[in-house]
Amino acid sequence: MQAEKTKDKRALTSKDFKSDQAVRWCPGCGDYMILAIMQKAFTQMDNAKENFLSVSGIGCSSRITYYLETYGIHSIHGRAISVATGAKLANPDLNVWVFTGDGDCMAIGGNHFIHACRRNVNLNIIIFNNKIYGMTKGQSSPTTPAGVKTKTAPEGSYENPFNIGEVAIGAGATFFARVPDNNPKLMEDVMMQAYHHKGTSVIEVLQNCVIFTDGIHEKITGRDTKDDNQIILEHGKPMIFGKEENRGLKINGMRLEKTVFENGTDDSLNHDAEEIDPLLHLALSKLHLPDYPVAMGVIRKVKSTPFEERVHSAIASVKKQNKIKNTDQLFRSGNTWQIE
Amino acid sequence: MAENILTAEMKKVVVRFSGDSGDGMQLTGDMFSQSSGIAGNDLTTIPDFPAEIRAPQGSIGGVSSFQIQIGGTEIYTPGDTVDVLVVMNPAALAANLSFLKPGGTIIADKDNFTSKNLKKANFDENPLDDETLDDYHVIRAPATSLTKEALKDLGLEMQTITRSKNMFALGVVLYLFSRPLEKTIDFIEKKFSKKPTLVEANIRALNAGYNFAVSTELIGKSVVIPPAKLPQGTYRNIDGNTAIAWGLLAASEKSGKKLSLSSYPITPASEILHELSSRKDMGAIVFQAEDEIAAICAAIGASFSGNLSATTTSGPGASLKAEAMGLAVIAELPLVIVNVQRAGPSTGLPTKTEQSDLFQALFGRHGEAPLIVMAASSPDDCFMYSYEAARLAMEHMTPVILLSDTYLASGTSPWRIPETDELTEIKIPKFQGPAEEWEPYMRQSEYLNRYWMSPGDKGFEHRTGGLEKKEITGNLTYDPLNHEKMTKIREEKIDRIAKRLPAQEVKGPKSGRLLVVGWGSTHGAINTAVTELIEEGETDVAFTHFNYIKPLPENTEEILASYDQILVCELNNGQFVHYLRSKFPDFSYKQFNKIQGQPFFTSEIKAQIINHLSD
Repeated sequence: MQAEKTKDKRALTSKDFKSDQAVRWCPGCGDYMILAIMQKAFTQMDNAKENFLSVSGIGCSSRITYYLETYGIHSIHGRAISVATGAKLANPDLNVWVFTGDGDCMAIGGNHFIHACRRNVNLNIIIFNNKIYGMTKGQSSPTTPAGVKTKTAPEGSYENPFNIGEVAIGAGATFFARVPDNNPKLMEDVMMQAYHHKGTSVIEVLQNCVIFTDGIHEKITGRDTKDDNQIILEHGKPMIFGKEENRGLKINGMRLEKTVFENGTDDSLNHDAEEIDPLLHLALSKLHLPDYPVAMGVIRKVKSTPFEERVHSAIASVKKQNKIKNTDQLFRSGNTWQIE
Repeated sequence: MAENILTAEMKKVVVRFSGDSGDGMQLTGDMFSQSSGIAGNDLTTIPDFPAEIRAPQGSIGGVSSFQIQIGGTEIYTPGDTVDVLVVMNPAALAANLSFLKPGGTIIADKDNFTSKNLKKANFDENPLDDETLDDYHVIRAPATSLTKEALKDLGLEMQTITRSKNMFALGVVLYLFSRPLEKTIDFIEKKFSKKPTLVEANIRALNAGYNFAVSTELIGKSVVIPPAKLPQGTYRNIDGNTAIAWGLLAASEKSGKKLSLSSYPITPASEILHELSSRKDMGAIVFQAEDEIAAICAAIGASFSGNLSATTTSGPGASLKAEAMGLAVIAELPLVIVNVQRAGPSTGLPTKTEQSDLFQALFGRHGEAPLIVMAASSPDDCFMYSYEAARLAMEHMTPVILLSDTYLASGTSPWRIPETDELTEIKIPKFQGPAEEWEPYMRQSEYLNRYWMSPGDKGFEHRTGGLEKKEITGNLTYDPLNHEKMTKIREEKIDRIAKRLPAQEVKGPKSGRLLVVGWGSTHGAINTAVTELIEEGETDVAFTHFNYIKPLPENTEEILASYDQILVCELNNGQFVHYLRSKFPDFSYKQFNKIQGQPFFTSEIKAQIINHLSD
């Protein structure tokens, strides 16, 4: 079995994960990059191909299921996480990937999202965050920033948006990462870290919608601004950013603060993604322009037994102890009587 | 004083145990059921609890009752009215006296008829002492004081001692029905095996009650109920919710498919979730979801993954699940959806019974979304219908809605435990050839089901979902003709299942004036009414009862065509009759509906039939 697995793994290329369906996203859509990276990352995962399962909800993001040559369910609006939870519990050997968007996951599916985070089912949840409803043509989503004009907020959105990392970590997520859709190397690295993480991995992709919110992430992801406006975090490494790599983050009182290194003194903090206490992870998730760079990479990654492991080990231990081994014995246990 | 209706030998007797919520009336009733089963009687039981979890002690609102009908003949209902009423306090008497037949027997714990308790039950005078109960035979049993006396040297707390008085009452009733104590003592020993002092306390209280009955002049004679002629086998008493849970376990074992249950708590379905949560020994994978929608969606995920998958709920929850049912229909995945109905709409009467979710089950989805709808008709046949729901879902690759209701969920009846080989084989439609010869939506020709290939099946990777599928390949397509064709195939797939259903049966003449029609949980009352009328010499009435509603059995039309008039009895405002009228418009239908949150009484069905026959 192991030998066969290894053989399979060696044979698989990105092409093996391309379905025969024509990809139908708008030209220039950020989704293409996510698809390409997933197909590439899948080849590096130590699972038999028939154990891959992709589950999606409704929206542009969720079409990805049809383009991946794996088992897949394109489910209903907001419910991909629920479908995936049932599948993973039913068969813990599956390598399950949920593809969803900011509307699908944070609005109609918000309840399932927070409960998945607290349960820690071993799922990888990729949220395509373009801060708008694309497929239904341009309504505000829970991540649309205040002031952005949409079909449902023609004068500019007046709602307070969700910060996905804050919601995830607040709900108990053991893994949260953020990546822009134009950094394939970082995206691939994050996907592989999510794959190896046992538990619910939440990955927010800042994804550009060329139709409705084109350029909404531009200040963060643009060629000229990204070095100053992103801080890419690596576990155990100093948290530094800027073209000159001369700025970092330090703690001042109860909050994070920018620091500029002078004369070679570096007083920035090292990133610790594995710290159980979520305080700094929340602070990092919430950093935003114009005063702070936006945090990218794996912000939080802490160990906790996944839900399906708890469920199945409970079943195994009861089975081991129990004298009743089949339904016939169960039905005939307790108070019965005979009619001759 | 009315003549005592208890005689030395009786064919049927109805007993109602009633007391405060903390008096252990359900356990007492359960033990009497057990003893009756062992004595070879057929029986049906129904509990009647207060809606509140902890109602004020001694109040009428806090009365908890348990009713059982036992007989030397087949018993299908817990009985309309009561022959023997056991009351542990004045509130229980006040709440239940109206159920007692004139000439019936009251066994009352006279120690509890204190002025304080009488006041709580709105009695100005003690009814045990005045003329209130002149129409009945009253046994004034000092249950509390004699129990205290019997248990005094066990070193128990007073609360534990007084709690044992229910066993005193049981002792009296066991004597009254000529039952030996041994089996009940065995039951007590098993039930409290971890607490030897409680075993001793309960046995002493039981004996005290029995001896009180033996030695008192109050009981002139005891009653014998001869055993019923029941099929040979091992029996146990079972409630509808446990039977549904066990039916799923049996189907899982028989099919070799692991069982996944994903549910959200709701009255009166939660006990199925509880039972399967305790069945890790059987490998049940149970998921308590964050809401009804998550529950059914997780069940769909488990089904796609290749497990026998179920979700259980009641009407309001089924409404929330409706969208996902559409997904299961178009994806053509097996799924058992159990709706234990309660009185609605909205929160309605959440602890009361009703059959008002039939329209919802048949039509309550967006789009053209046919699925199997079936209904159980007794606590014990919930097992068989749950097993069949699982079998049909898997063999035909379709969601199935199984309807039960509060009445079946909490009632009990004796269940003959089937031998494993008596259960119908379940043939999983797994594609046997190489993957290259398979397509996700290719079908078996006879019943049009697709094949169930799941993650882990190498080479069969495929996508499914909510978008319309191209015939055979399952690829996405907006082709108008394909959509029409697929819609018709999905309908035809369900229709063809009719061929696999047992033929609809009729009790009474095969043609004639009046056909009484029922479905689901009302079988007991209607069957008893029709049987009694036939026994009384009525030759113009026949009865047919439906368990399969979509599709209907193939001979349905033929049966309906054989009678001048059809009387459809149901616990709603006329949903099944509406369905029959739309399917078979040529026949003459009358309807009898009850929407009171209560089951039918046999007497009211009989009266309806007599009225219709005399028209």
